[in-house]
Amino acid sequence: MSNWDVVIGLEIHAQLQTDSKVFAPDSAGYSKHANENISEISLGYPGSLPTVNRMAVEYSIKIGLALNCNIKKNSVFARKHYFYPDLAKGYQISQFELPLCEDGSIDFMLDDKNVTVGIERAHMEEDAGKSSHKGGYSLIDYNRAGVPLLEIVSKPDMTTSKQAAEYARTVRNVLRYLEVCDGNLEEGSMRCDCNVSLKPKGQKELGTKVEIKNINSFRFIEKALDFEIQRQASLLENNESISQETRLYDSTKNKTFSMRSKEEAMDYRYFPDPDLLPLEVSDELIESIRKNLPELPLEKKERFKKDYEIPDYDASVLTSDKDLAFYFEESAKASKNPKATSNWIMGDFLKSLKESQLSFEDLKVSPKDLGLLVQLIDKGEISGKMAKQVFADMWKSGESPKAIVKSKGLSQISDPEEVKSIVEGVVSAHPGQLAEYKSGKNKLFGFFVGQVMKESKGQANPELVTKFLMEKLKS
Amino acid sequence: MNINIDEGSGTSVVSKITEVFSKIEEKDSSINSFISLHKEDALASAAESDKRFKSQEDVRPLEGVSFSIKDMFCVKGHKTTAGSKMLKDFVPPYDATVIKRLKDAGAIILGKANQDEFAMGSTNEMSYFGACKNPWNLKHVAGGSSGGSAASVAARFAKISLGTDTGGSVRQPAHFCGTVGFKPTYGRVSRYGVVSFASSLDQTGFFSLKVEDAFKVAQVVSGKDTFDQTTSSSEKVIYDSNSVDTAQDLKGFKVGLVKEFMDADVDSDVAKAMELSKNALKARGAEIVEVELPLVEHGVPAYYLIATSEAASNLSRYDGVRYGHRADVNTDMSLEEFYTLNRSEGFGPEVKRRILLGNFSLSSGYIEAFYRKACQLRRLMREDYFKAFAKVDAILAPVASTAAFKLNAFEGDPLKKFLNDYFTVTVNLSGLPGLTVPVQKNESGLPVGVQLIANQFEEAKLLKAGLSLEDEFKFYEEAPDV
Repeated sequence: MSNWDVVIGLEIHAQLQTDSKVFAPDSAGYSKHANENISEISLGYPGSLPTVNRMAVEYSIKIGLALNCNIKKNSVFARKHYFYPDLAKGYQISQFELPLCEDGSIDFMLDDKNVTVGIERAHMEEDAGKSSHKGGYSLIDYNRAGVPLLEIVSKPDMTTSKQAAEYARTVRNVLRYLEVCDGNLEEGSMRCDCNVSLKPKGQKELGTKVEIKNINSFRFIEKALDFEIQRQASLLENNESISQETRLYDSTKNKTFSMRSKEEAMDYRYFPDPDLLPLEVSDELIESIRKNLPELPLEKKERFKKDYEIPDYDASVLTSDKDLAFYFEESAKASKNPKATSNWIMGDFLKSLKESQLSFEDLKVSPKDLGLLVQLIDKGEISGKMAKQVFADMWKSGESPKAIVKSKGLSQISDPEEVKSIVEGVVSAHPGQLAEYKSGKNKLFGFFVGQVMKESKGQANPELVTKFLMEKLKS
Repeated sequence: MNINIDEGSGTSVVSKITEVFSKIEEKDSSINSFISLHKEDALASAAESDKRFKSQEDVRPLEGVSFSIKDMFCVKGHKTTAGSKMLKDFVPPYDATVIKRLKDAGAIILGKANQDEFAMGSTNEMSYFGACKNPWNLKHVAGGSSGGSAASVAARFAKISLGTDTGGSVRQPAHFCGTVGFKPTYGRVSRYGVVSFASSLDQTGFFSLKVEDAFKVAQVVSGKDTFDQTTSSSEKVIYDSNSVDTAQDLKGFKVGLVKEFMDADVDSDVAKAMELSKNALKARGAEIVEVELPLVEHGVPAYYLIATSEAASNLSRYDGVRYGHRADVNTDMSLEEFYTLNRSEGFGPEVKRRILLGNFSLSSGYIEAFYRKACQLRRLMREDYFKAFAKVDAILAPVASTAAFKLNAFEGDPLKKFLNDYFTVTVNLSGLPGLTVPVQKNESGLPVGVQLIANQFEEAKLLKAGLSLEDEFKFYEEAPDV
């Protein structure tokens, strides 16, 4: 492997969550039945014409700005021709020579190093319908036909599969922060094609590239690229050539296989769509979108480090998702102990979240209650161990930590006088053990702790127990 | 604005429309100007018009005026075939914007007019439903592609007809059939719901016997449409009453004669019509000025590259999946076989020729030499026109080099037919308004007209000059013997 330089570039298709389709007034949202959100426009009926959806343009500009792109004041829609039954007009309206967004970049941390990936372009286009095949017949659902997409094309700046996956995660995170795309690879609201080529170490000229399609998780981006890099390397090492082609990834076999070769590659016959005028966007529009951009992941991370004095790692994890970051901030406000809150969120909270597969909006535990739980520990009202139990109950019932502590009688005995009297009672009830301890059997200290905890039903504050036992046993 | 087009008086709209249908049913079998008739709906609309006339409430601008509609326009619930086997049973679930505006204005739609398949042709012989013949002589063509529209007006079936003009498809059949044929500026009339041939060139046009009528109807149905981004919101009116009032006085009005057009080889009847028209305009005070369009000889090739490129793209949607012709296919066939069969059977020879030409012109390796070069020429040619219109108010030009051809005159020689579009296509390439005004009959009794061209959005100037010519020749007084 060390003989080769790996060059990777990604094409990410992001489905924009607009109300209506990009060139038609039909709904772009969820639909229960097939062919429900359709019109003569999305079905490509004779005489129907496209009209550009302003919201889709604004969402695209938003993404472009977040990816540090130049927004072109004049861009052009072009027709990309190919025949397929789920492509109603026989062409897809896309952008070719003059895309809306160009020349951007995005940064992320990987293995404690900053990585910058250039963005070649991001252009608007329409989605196609969905085909399904059953017993010799094909069924087509045009609900998706005409849903707006932004295709984000990276520069070939990545050199490892890990970088590629992390780049895709970072882009997804940005899309979610902007609230323009839910970035779900499994469901296809975000799709990712990977281009990869190998060249002899140090050589400037790029090798023959292969495109991999059909990758529906971040993990598979890594696996598919790893497989493909290996495949190409062994071909090259056997002095065989790489053929320029499009390959599909099969996740069950963890292999890529050829879909079509360059010779079969289609001539899309791009030309400017004469039904649509060049897309003009004003400086005012661009500036007003820029002004209203939300805080982006990287900015948020830096702010978390500064404002909450939490480590870089914590800040990275907490800002990896917009909802999670919001949850943390609300919790920390309630607890007044950001680091402890961060520990709780990165620990029990994320573990429960992952196991339950719940989304943030379905959570029963409010961020404020999680903060209050942390506060109960800080005040010594419950022990860390108890808190774990309380949290588990909160997760299930959504009740406040105080209510749970109270109803289960879990609250810690932190009154020094009370703890002291229990300790004294226990010590005087075990004169034999006391004598042994005093004769040097230090191990028996644990026995006394156990007895105190038993007597207090586990509620005695452990720090106080230790303190009073030491005093009592010494005397 | 309130426009009233005189449909005669005395009887009810219902009785007049009933009369029109019996005339069509009796006479149209030999002309073949209609593909389908909408008798039931037309009589229902006529009854509505009568009601509004009677109560004098809510009387609409085009109340009771009869229309034939080229079969390119979607009319909800009625077959819209585009003259093609591909769409012979296609029933649109929506009205084209112009149709909606016509209906709202109280117009009566008699039926759908014959045309060349997908508006590709200049003789109407390329219709799947048979050629439309010239009402003045049934051995001659009506012209095309909007032949049925022109013939239905010439034969006095419909008062007005809607056609489409991509390279002359309104102006040329008007010239062949002795009617007025008016194509407004590109962008004046919404293309929404009009079957696309070449999107950057297609424009709705109007046939009538009298110049004013075409402009009045255009005024009613034109204007911005949110469903067609290429429509313009120009505030300049199409039907300008000032043009009507001053039509007899052309003092200060400059008419250009294009050197390259005047040097072209035309039949003597066309040359004569040009001479008579020039003199008529001069007699009313117009100044005649020579202008040049040095690139106009490249007009036909540029037009055919752009029009076929856009057409090949626009016609990709006809695949037999959602609507339109589906061959006798089965599940053993590949997807490619499915498409090939549907499209091979559904399209006629002229459409296939143009799809092939267009796809070639757009294909990688050739697009620079063909499609892009043509677009470049188009821009330069438009500049030439703008320069000419800095000097003149309108251009007077032939419509075609001959009067109506005999049927089957171009069999086996499509190129010769293409060259016949020399005088009309550059007007579309430049997005200009154009008008055919009939002048007189030639020795064989076939009508001959001339063309007036103005700068973008200067339809009012066409109206003024057109009315002058009409006043001179009064061709509307002549009717073919059908």
